[in-house]
Amino acid sequence: MSKPDSRAETAARIRHLLETEGDAVAENTRGFNRGRHEAVRELEDYEALKSEARAIKEDAIERLPELIDDLREAVEANGGRVYVADDAADANAYVREVVDGGTVVKSKSMTTEELELNEALEADGAAVTETDLGEWVLQLADEAPSHIVGPAIHKSREGIADLFAETFDLAGEDRPETAEELTRFARERLLRDIREADVGVTGANFLAADSGTMALVTSEGNARKTAVVPDTHVAVAGVEKVIPTVEDLAPFVELIGRSGTGQDITSYVSLLTPPVASPPVDFSDLESPIAASGTAAGDGATEAHPDREFHLVLVDNGRLAMREDDDLRETLYCIRCGACSNSCGNFQSVGGHAFGGETYSGGIATGWEAGVEGLDTAAEFNDLCTGCSRCVPACPVKIDIPWINTVVRDRINRGGDPGRFDPLVEGLTPDDETGGLDPSKRLFGNFDALAKLGSATAPLSNWGASLGPVRAAMDRWLGIAPERDLPTFERETLVDWFESRGGPRVSEGMARREAVVYPDTYTNHVAVDRGKAAVRTLEALGVRVHVPASTAVASGRAPLSQGMVETARGKAERCRNALLAEIDAGRDVVVIEPSDLAAFEREYERLLPEADATALADGCYEVLEYVYGLLENGADPAGLTAAGDSNATGGDDDNGDCDDRDIDDDRDRDDGDGITVAYHAHCQQRTLDLEAHTVAVLERLGYDVTTSETECCGMAGSFGYKSAYYELSMDVGEPLAEQFCDADRVLASGTSCCEQLDALLGPSTEGSTEHPIEAISPPEG
Amino acid sequence: MSSDTLSAFVAGAEDHHASVHRSAPDAVAGTVADLIDPPAVGVRLPDELDLPEGVATDPTPAELDAANTGISAARLAIADYGTVVLESDAAGSEAVSLFPERHVAVVRAGDVVPGMREAMAALGDRLRDGASEVLATGPSATADMGDLVIGAHGPRDVEIVLVEDRDE
Repeated sequence: MSKPDSRAETAARIRHLLETEGDAVAENTRGFNRGRHEAVRELEDYEALKSEARAIKEDAIERLPELIDDLREAVEANGGRVYVADDAADANAYVREVVDGGTVVKSKSMTTEELELNEALEADGAAVTETDLGEWVLQLADEAPSHIVGPAIHKSREGIADLFAETFDLAGEDRPETAEELTRFARERLLRDIREADVGVTGANFLAADSGTMALVTSEGNARKTAVVPDTHVAVAGVEKVIPTVEDLAPFVELIGRSGTGQDITSYVSLLTPPVASPPVDFSDLESPIAASGTAAGDGATEAHPDREFHLVLVDNGRLAMREDDDLRETLYCIRCGACSNSCGNFQSVGGHAFGGETYSGGIATGWEAGVEGLDTAAEFNDLCTGCSRCVPACPVKIDIPWINTVVRDRINRGGDPGRFDPLVEGLTPDDETGGLDPSKRLFGNFDALAKLGSATAPLSNWGASLGPVRAAMDRWLGIAPERDLPTFERETLVDWFESRGGPRVSEGMARREAVVYPDTYTNHVAVDRGKAAVRTLEALGVRVHVPASTAVASGRAPLSQGMVETARGKAERCRNALLAEIDAGRDVVVIEPSDLAAFEREYERLLPEADATALADGCYEVLEYVYGLLENGADPAGLTAAGDSNATGGDDDNGDCDDRDIDDDRDRDDGDGITVAYHAHCQQRTLDLEAHTVAVLERLGYDVTTSETECCGMAGSFGYKSAYYELSMDVGEPLAEQFCDADRVLASGTSCCEQLDALLGPSTEGSTEHPIEAISPPEG
Repeated sequence: MSSDTLSAFVAGAEDHHASVHRSAPDAVAGTVADLIDPPAVGVRLPDELDLPEGVATDPTPAELDAANTGISAARLAIADYGTVVLESDAAGSEAVSLFPERHVAVVRAGDVVPGMREAMAALGDRLRDGASEVLATGPSATADMGDLVIGAHGPRDVEIVLVEDRDE
């Protein structure tokens, strides 16, 4: 829980990781993420494969007890043994008995990390060696994995070279330096251990219930040696790894490498139906042939080799309870590809040592740690999920990871310390939460109440909030970063403005369509100009626009991002009542703030009856999506501001922190109308696949559009306002600043993205980042 | 197998740092011989395909350790990925294909299927009968040491001999 002291500690820990591991993690995860984008682009049926994979997992988890029985039967028919372990101690006890103090080689397995199997075996005097090169590095360094697929991505080549030199006392010519030399050294060293091992321990990526086949997905080949050289193989896997049939493996094999590291397939996908037919390789007897004399390819391939022993340990450890939990169940669909980590702005900056729990890291870790370790462990890092939703399209089994994080945050909130700090924000917080909620969360979750008060008392509220002592108190008690500019409340709200100018201006008879511009909290109280621009634009395109006071109802997105699910539900119900009335009256609902649109389209199905959520989602449009639709259907853009119009040039800002500005300037001015706009679509807008509409409209009006390559600007709603996370937020935004600092004009779809870009691009561009609607709207007056 | 599928297989293999060498059945021994970096270990090939002289079949662990080349048969190949499907068998194909720095895989053109789905359909009953297979695509690789390195625990070099009957 973030109390004042631990906020400072959190900030310090994050700063340390940014400095020590951030660069290596950023380079690797961003590389994986780019690889994923490219690799899935080559797949014609990517969305269909994801749906198929999801359906297989849904069915498998639904029928899990039955499939475990089938799997047991198949493995035992082959001559192997199956043990279902209730918890870590139970699983470890079984493996300890098999290993019996012998020597063990292991292929990378997060499940054995979860069990802390190595420590349990070593307690019996067993020698345990990790053979995955990354895992081995961590074993030598005595560190925990920082990524579920690339466990040592936080370590530099130089760091590994030093580690090897120190551990094995290597100097001069013996000291490996290059990646090639380090790999060679590791290969030879590890081969010695593999040759001498009594037992090979692996995980399993998938287990087919119909055949007893396990799939191991690797590129190094260590899993093959680990499983096949020693005569005894122990496979340890969570019960959720079971799928019905071997044919069901096909979509997963096509998706897992692409999603994880951007490889279309890993070098090896072993489909082992153990005990396998391969003869063990007995290096204690160098001169006897491995196989029986005279055997040929394919001989005996369907029979277990008589010297082989195989044990499958299926681990429950909280999973069967997760299966009964409506919100955590989806976690069990996870195939541990790491795509959620790689696509996450915060993870890209700090890695799994900050964004992770006892074992698992990244977006899905909240679900795993809550289910396997408990809420306390999940609470330590859950706030690093900003709900930006960029992991949602990345997940190959379509898990709604932000929702899992929201639910777990809600459960953590409710487990809080009742009474503490409550009086501080009392009166401002008409919410449905229990006592003990962190005051910072309570404040951000009730931003609409604050905004109403702020507008009503402006400009006094803005002046008061800018005072040094007030900011210090806000930092101390509410965790609001003193470095971050606060929103400036407008005295005249959008609703007031619309009413005072006399309501709709397009007559009913002339109207192409009727629409309500949804006055979300920010547009209504802070970014009022953006709302006015939307109204003017739609009117210029022949839409009869309304902004009724009845629709100035908060969507519930703010409390949702703080994990205040019941408060969000209450707001969602009020918002639905207001907006469905408009839709029923034949009006379209046009939404400016992407996070509110995301609430209507993605999250209301969790908060409202299905029919209401569907009706609302069907009746709502993002503002530029709506403009795009109007233009496509023949509306005349003549009244809008195009790139060539004089007031469209915002181009002479001197963005001082761009070193190569001159070069790019020349290039940019050679084409189009000479106005380059850099456009950053809000993360949720991209998840909803709406970026292209904005780009199309801007291009139609003559702008040269550069879009952002980053997944997230780092702000994600309230995240960058929080003292503990301010520096991380700025670090996440750094690549965006680098990409955009040459642009004539910077546009962003979300309020918080605009604030973040202004902060990132420096004082010379203060206040200059605008919503795209402001770039195209007809002039005022 | 259609020539499109075979060309796709060659392209897929090359994309994954493996090379494909086309050969008539009676020329396999010669084709393989050209690809060997001695000493070589191997598994007797099916369908009366011959290995060249000097390949140690029924290898001992010492021979396996010393070998620079391992020769084995592939049961199937997947054109989309340039993958060869290696079978775990009593002859020790798994070890032969895995320990030496160079792996030479021999696969019949008639056993090349277009995609993953066809491969899994072809393997389903075989796996249910108790067989084990490795979908092997290119050489082993790792990026754990700070850069992509070809050849981690497995072979660094993969050569595929594609056996085409005259009527194929």
